[in-house]
Amino acid sequence: MRRMTRKATRHASQNEGLIFEKSSAGKAAWKLPPLDVPEVDAAQLLGSSERKDLGSMPEVSEIEIIRHFTRLSTWNYAIDLGMYPLGSCTMKYNPRVNEAVARVEGIANAHPYQPERISQGALRIIKTLSECLIEITGMDAITLQPAAGAHGEMTGLLMVRAYHQAQGNARKKILIPDSAHGTNPASAAIVNYAVENLKSDSRGMVDLAALEAQMNEDVAALMLTNPNTLGVFEQDIIRIAGILHAKGGLLYMDGANMNALVGKARPGDFGVDVMHLNLHKTFSTPHGGGGPGSGPVAIKKILEPFLPKPVVITHPDGTLGFDYNRPQSVGRVRAFYGNFGMFVRALAYIQANGPDGLRQTTEDAVLNANYVRKGLEGVYDLPYSTPTMHEVVFSDKLQAKNGVRTMDIAKRLIDYGFHPYTTAFPLIVPGALMIEPTESEPKEELDLFIEAMKSIAEEVEEDPQTVLDAPHSTRVSRLDETAAARKPVLRWKPTS
Amino acid sequence: MRYLPKSPADREAMLQATGLRSVDDLFTPIPAEYRLTRDLRIPRQMAESEIVDWFRQRSHENGEGYTSFLGAGAYLHYRPVVIDALISRGEFLTAYTPYQAEISQGTLQSIFEFQTMICELTGMEVANASMYDGSTAAAEAVMMAVRLTGRRSVVVARSLHPEYREVLATYATHQGMPVSVAGFGDDGRVNLKELEKAITPETACVLMQSPNFFGTIEDVVAIADLAHRHGVMLVVSIAEAVSLGIVEPPRQADIIAMEAQSFGVPLGFGGPYCGVIATREKYVRQMPGRLVGQTTDKHGKRGFVLTLATREQHIRREKATSNICTNQALVALMVNIFMTVYGKVGLKELARQNLAKTVYAAGQFAKYGKVLFGGAPRFNEFVVTTSEPPHAINSRLLGHKMVGGLPLKKFYPELGNASLWCCTELTTRSAIDTAVGLVAESERSVRSAKEEVEEVAR
Repeated sequence: MRRMTRKATRHASQNEGLIFEKSSAGKAAWKLPPLDVPEVDAAQLLGSSERKDLGSMPEVSEIEIIRHFTRLSTWNYAIDLGMYPLGSCTMKYNPRVNEAVARVEGIANAHPYQPERISQGALRIIKTLSECLIEITGMDAITLQPAAGAHGEMTGLLMVRAYHQAQGNARKKILIPDSAHGTNPASAAIVNYAVENLKSDSRGMVDLAALEAQMNEDVAALMLTNPNTLGVFEQDIIRIAGILHAKGGLLYMDGANMNALVGKARPGDFGVDVMHLNLHKTFSTPHGGGGPGSGPVAIKKILEPFLPKPVVITHPDGTLGFDYNRPQSVGRVRAFYGNFGMFVRALAYIQANGPDGLRQTTEDAVLNANYVRKGLEGVYDLPYSTPTMHEVVFSDKLQAKNGVRTMDIAKRLIDYGFHPYTTAFPLIVPGALMIEPTESEPKEELDLFIEAMKSIAEEVEEDPQTVLDAPHSTRVSRLDETAAARKPVLRWKPTS
Repeated sequence: MRYLPKSPADREAMLQATGLRSVDDLFTPIPAEYRLTRDLRIPRQMAESEIVDWFRQRSHENGEGYTSFLGAGAYLHYRPVVIDALISRGEFLTAYTPYQAEISQGTLQSIFEFQTMICELTGMEVANASMYDGSTAAAEAVMMAVRLTGRRSVVVARSLHPEYREVLATYATHQGMPVSVAGFGDDGRVNLKELEKAITPETACVLMQSPNFFGTIEDVVAIADLAHRHGVMLVVSIAEAVSLGIVEPPRQADIIAMEAQSFGVPLGFGGPYCGVIATREKYVRQMPGRLVGQTTDKHGKRGFVLTLATREQHIRREKATSNICTNQALVALMVNIFMTVYGKVGLKELARQNLAKTVYAAGQFAKYGKVLFGGAPRFNEFVVTTSEPPHAINSRLLGHKMVGGLPLKKFYPELGNASLWCCTELTTRSAIDTAVGLVAESERSVRSAKEEVEEVAR
């Protein structure tokens, strides 16, 4: 039995092969202007370094390229199509003015090594965004160099290590709650710190007694996501900071969930020493199918000497410039200055909002999560009853009795016209359904989502097979991931 | 606020439905003393027209309409208009990482095509879905070689991009990986004797760039022979992807760490760009970053998924091959479209034009200044030394709305008044002639000043 969904209707979608399958010799989508300098003999110039053949690179015309990628695009779900309730991913609206200003000529075509004299606009953008983010986080200084959230984590931990080293002891380990994102322990390992797990208490928060017991002079920092991955604010945050600081440790905050706090509370005010932000989450830069991100790291004064170089400074004459003379810097984490194009977009977002807009945004994000929680409570199991901030985590406990797990419910949600929520995370909730609606959803879309989730819960009771076989409405269904990993096919090959 | 889709009545109704009296009730989990009760001190809410205006002003301050001879790891090539037309589609722009394969086939298939074309162009067997950029890709490739060999140290060519070397140093310091440097000879290529001396039984890999930072094409075959003779892996960085149209790829390398910015990605003051790692099939399980693989669905239909995720941080946590989470998907899509537009024949012609412009420019400069490293082939960059410091010459060029070559003293003090110049298909003959004219003038005035001094001395 298939239920009607009010949000989505099936319609024909175009088939399309791989671009290589459309290629044939002599077709072209390019045209170069006539050469205004003498022709050269590449064989003579390059000798054995000359390349003769480009193998199976495609040869196609422009209309074929437009159709190829347009057809592929229609096979994707996107925020522009509807709610994207991926927990901890903050899939909010990506404003189009961000894209427009990133393409203004003097910004899009600025070379990273062009003289400071003609880089004042770019430097002003970096400085203005830095000031805004420092004020929003309540921290003292910031680097925009890291290319993504995990890169920011690594950069923050490098500064933590450099700080401890300057005190005479780099220390050995990082404490990480069991509810943390996987990048946290991976980043600690990259910086050569050992990882020690910290368990959560019955409220889903850091267990203070455990922290007290595990904290000693070997611990460099605690990496804490706040609100954590259950969408719960760590109410003991100031005591947590106190326990760390008493033994010389630092408090690192993963800012992945900053969308719950902007304009309402500032990590710098509640004891955080270092934190990263994800401009592609909280500050609306597009996810683009998996990147580019941008992961600025904001810090307290004690860490300032260790910032990656260069840092932006104001010269005595009022112009801006880069300062490379930073003897205690952890060094560079990326060539040039970071994902500058994302700075432009994030700043345009902050300008479009202003202080009142950012506050309202946060309030709406938290309201939306609580509205969904209320709508689905009782229908799905809520493992932690602690108040919800920007996201809510249910479990599949009630549905598992009928053999239906979180991934099945997620796949069925696709048939109802929604992108699935985050499945099976955080790890402390078996069979988790992690839902973050963000502020971008109108009440009508949330009502449709709640209705869809309720309808699926009924299907699980009446006709679980429909859910287990989902999705039914997509081009492909339940791809064989095991086969893909066992015998990887990672590129197309010509059949001769 | 124009991005928020709720009326006051909606908010009221929703609050009521949740059983809360006011918005403040939503924030009671935050201890009262840490709740912000004032406005953030940031610019006021602006209209769209004001935002556009603000960024246009910044664009003016940045200098628009300059002809530039800058390369050095960031290249100005023509970007076909279809790129922005296609990547602006919301289905690409506003989609998440393709974890839910059924509704992400567009992104997945395009990455599969990207991986295929990178393999074709580099001569490698597998390529990942992209990395942050060329510099971090190089550092990650070195860490991959460390894992594969079980050895800890690395020898890096001094002719590798200086900022790539800095990034590697940052990663290496905390991994406890000793880094030693091999210099370059009079032809601008890696000094093989120095390289051999730097290799020890603890060396995991040699990291080099070709075309190198000076634009010189390295003798990859000889370096690979040397490295492999010592059981050392060879990692080759490619910063100028357009070179692959006419320069033989470093097929002898074990790992290639590439920056694909040249393929349709705006300069954008240094980012976002598109790193990629390509390697041999047998090393794939030690490769960092996302990978897309082909498979079939339950009806036997061809489809694509993210695969070999057991290498990655969300599964392996601290035991992952890397902490990398995002790739540069949208930028990789630009690169993919660019490669598709130019294809098998166009990439070659494009590279040939870059080569021709550079041969002409280097020839003209050689008449007045000194062009270094003439003993080896080069692609689209060359090093010029002048009597006057390059900063002074560049100041005068700015007056002609031209940005001269990159002064190298900061990175290579031993090269004195050297600067690195780049020509692409967009560099016109008349721009080259103007720049050469100004350099010639500078040389003449230095010479006549010198003659004057000598005259007085006599």
